[in-house]
Amino acid sequence: MATTPVSEKVVTVSVNGTTYEYEVPTRRLLVHFLRDDLALTGTHIGCDTGSCGACTVHLNGVPVKSCAVLAVQADGAAVTTVEGLGGEELTPLQQSFSDHHALQCGYCTPGMLMSAAALLDENPSPSEEDVKIALQGNICRCTGYWNIVEAVVAAGKGAA
Amino acid sequence: MTTTETETTTTPTIQKGYVGQNVPRKEDRRLVQGQGTFFDDVKRHGMGYVHFLRSPYAHARIASIDVSAALELPGVYGTLTGDEVAILTEPFFQIAAEPGANVRDYALAVGKVRYLGEPVVAVVAQTRELARDASELVMVDYEPLDVVVDARKALEHGSPVLHEECGGNISYSGLWEWGDVDKAFAEADHVVKISELHFDRFNSTPLETNGALVEYNRGTGQWTLTCNNQFPGFAAIMMAPALRVGANKLRFVTQDIGGAFGNKITTHPQLVALCLLARKLGRAVQWTEWRTDFHQSMSHGNERWFLDTEVAVMADGTMTAFRTKALDDAGAYLRYEPLGGVIWSQVAPGMYGWRNLRLDFTQVMTNKAPCSPNRGYSRMQQLWFTERIVDVVAHELGFDRVELRKKNYVQPEQMPYETPNGCVYDSGDYPRALDVVLDLIGYDTIEERRKDAAARGKLLGFGIGSTLDSGTNNFGQSQLLNPELQFSGNNEVATAKLDFFGEIVVTLGTVPQGQGHETTAAQIAADILGCDVDIIEVRAGHDDYWNSHAGFSGTYASQFAVTGLGAVKGAVEELAHQMRTLASMVLQCSVDDIELAEGFARMKENHEAALPFMALGAIPNMNNAGFPIDPPQMNARFVFRPQFDVPDKEKKFGNLTLTYSMQIHACVVEVDPETGVYEIVDYAAVDDCGVRVNPKIVEGQVMGATAQAIGAAMFEVFAYDDEGNLLTPNFYDYHVPHTLDMPPLKTAAIETPSPFTSLGTKGMGEGGGGGIHCVSAALQDALMTSGRAIVTSSHNPYHRVWEMIRHPERSREKVEVVSL
Repeated sequence: MATTPVSEKVVTVSVNGTTYEYEVPTRRLLVHFLRDDLALTGTHIGCDTGSCGACTVHLNGVPVKSCAVLAVQADGAAVTTVEGLGGEELTPLQQSFSDHHALQCGYCTPGMLMSAAALLDENPSPSEEDVKIALQGNICRCTGYWNIVEAVVAAGKGAA
Repeated sequence: MTTTETETTTTPTIQKGYVGQNVPRKEDRRLVQGQGTFFDDVKRHGMGYVHFLRSPYAHARIASIDVSAALELPGVYGTLTGDEVAILTEPFFQIAAEPGANVRDYALAVGKVRYLGEPVVAVVAQTRELARDASELVMVDYEPLDVVVDARKALEHGSPVLHEECGGNISYSGLWEWGDVDKAFAEADHVVKISELHFDRFNSTPLETNGALVEYNRGTGQWTLTCNNQFPGFAAIMMAPALRVGANKLRFVTQDIGGAFGNKITTHPQLVALCLLARKLGRAVQWTEWRTDFHQSMSHGNERWFLDTEVAVMADGTMTAFRTKALDDAGAYLRYEPLGGVIWSQVAPGMYGWRNLRLDFTQVMTNKAPCSPNRGYSRMQQLWFTERIVDVVAHELGFDRVELRKKNYVQPEQMPYETPNGCVYDSGDYPRALDVVLDLIGYDTIEERRKDAAARGKLLGFGIGSTLDSGTNNFGQSQLLNPELQFSGNNEVATAKLDFFGEIVVTLGTVPQGQGHETTAAQIAADILGCDVDIIEVRAGHDDYWNSHAGFSGTYASQFAVTGLGAVKGAVEELAHQMRTLASMVLQCSVDDIELAEGFARMKENHEAALPFMALGAIPNMNNAGFPIDPPQMNARFVFRPQFDVPDKEKKFGNLTLTYSMQIHACVVEVDPETGVYEIVDYAAVDDCGVRVNPKIVEGQVMGATAQAIGAAMFEVFAYDDEGNLLTPNFYDYHVPHTLDMPPLKTAAIETPSPFTSLGTKGMGEGGGGGIHCVSAALQDALMTSGRAIVTSSHNPYHRVWEMIRHPERSREKVEVVSL
């Protein structure tokens, strides 16, 4: 069947529980859709090459780097961003990040939280090694990771 | 991995309330919820996205530029070229005296490009994708020129010259000498010679790149720059004359910043281009730097060679003198340089008692990205050099490295210690700090562990890195490079007010990037006002409209704990006085009878006679009739100014920084002799920054700086090929440490309060160079039984270690000992 290339496409995406219908350029990255179209600016961009993980969100419950996903690929999917992680109250994981001084500038933090939350969903009591492996795709330039790993391990214990 | 122990020996000097406590950070709540406001989060209706078309050549003449095809693309708003910039702006002010003073540097390349990635044309369009597409339609005709990327070759006759108007590639040169160097060498028992040491090129690569949203108000002629520049005062000094306006026409606004580490000081060229575009197009313009653009063009750390070094050593191990030729590679333009040519001298002798020093400093320009401040700016290079000297001397003459350090360290009883060049180390106990770090890392078991590693076929090495973190600059040091400059001293501003309903609002002139200024400022304020830390609102980040800034306002050079908190203390103490005065007027008593405690201004002898902060805030603001004299305004502004003199320009002598924090790092490495692959298996760091206002924040700075140092020692380098192509232009090729790269870490702190600061604090955060030093030292130790190579580079990836094992003679021939 012949197909005609299109440069715009309507997508329907559920983000943090709200369903949005938007016409987007087909080349728009999911991260730009979230940040520019939906003004959900908690998801950050640090590298443009899928290396740093600052843009990590959950796509149908799976952590993905939203700079490596097109908005059109999220058509019909459920996306969770850092804004959808907790409500007014901090989640135990967010609180643990603060308690353990696991953030300084806070730029990598949303991505770290989303990677860590996905880990905790799968493994509520991760070991230090589990956390290090789960977060190896997230770069932090401020903390040296020690407190981040500690915070996630502690949040796991709290949840267990 | 994460078992960080903290052993603390505290000498209390000031009253402890919130100060000294791990108060949870005020910043955290918004940041963990994704509610921070970074520059790229701010949008304006109809704004245009800016893309910089950059040079694909490291050195070329621009024959022609044709933007017409780009302008025809629907959705493109406009362009800016170097020809326009040359007409509309002045070249940037140069800090350098001759010959560097002759550099003509603009917002975009004018006539010629001098490094790969240099911005040539700016294109503005409706979307960032379109701006990028349009830039590909711009036709630039380049005539490539010969390239020079090696500082040593840049000095040679016949080398390609970057800036013809400088008559060569030298930007600055000067001889720095103190004591009687020749006499010390004549009296020495041993002279250790090291022909070449090289400190490699990297930077801290903050995760958020540079950028800004720039708006131009035609009615007032004022630009508003919502940006992440970390030193707006400096940016204004550079930008206002270039744009031919007063500094009052530039309103810098910063909010949350995603790390900076010095790398976000010199964004003024791009900001000027944005200002021109906003004015030209009559719309807001937004620029977010691509990661590759950051790597190719922004604020590389100074690469430095130390050539023909000689060290005078007495038979007992006392080191009396060194002399060397430092060759600094500034890259293509002088954006903050040649200040690196003097900043190193804040720590000229490192932590050691050398009294006789000669350093012949030359800085050259090469076809690489411009250097600008990077965490540990210019001191890191000098401190790595002094640590290398100590370890090479120990290695070659058979001294114990620990004993050699303890013998040559400046001793605690010498504090405050005046260095040969007039800098004053305010306090510290280096031998004790070394003992603490050795204890943390289990130094007494090293030989046992070495045998164990050997049994597994691994070479174990142990290394120490001592490092200073000089903070609170005396900008007068700039006059040692260029006597005509009119910069000296330092300052920082804070304001404090009591608002209508009793809210305490503290505003800072600082521009934090993760250092927790909102929290520590609130701790200081709450202790002075006798109230809960939660009721203090701290407005950090910059806004020229706040009247809370001075020329040196910003966040750089390890000074917040001194200048920023000093300003907070001054402003809040003045506010407290106003509050007590007003309470005394209402309660009809003497000011001395009033205290601030538990959220009230109350009579010391009668706590029932008390006014809540709300009442004090309301009276001057909303209920001020009936006072025979004006009630205090509940609004204070304080400028903190450290006491400095302008250094002696002839002798290059004087105090260049107010405080000296100290860190000693130690690590254990295991090297695979077959491959050169090595792992840091144990790591410890001890920090002394005087009084710690919030120990957890301090420890966080130690950890972060350590991680960056490990990255620089093992993985991170801005490597260029001979054509000037950057080989590490993204996070694939420029490997920054990940979770799995981090060794187990133990930290400890000691506190020797600074006698020179109002809180006993010292600036800190840049001591991480210790990590580079100790990895160099540990590798050299590991190779003792495998050819005795000398570590001559700060950057030691696996292949370099492999080369040292396979060809130890290549580094051995760089060292010679002459015993007299």
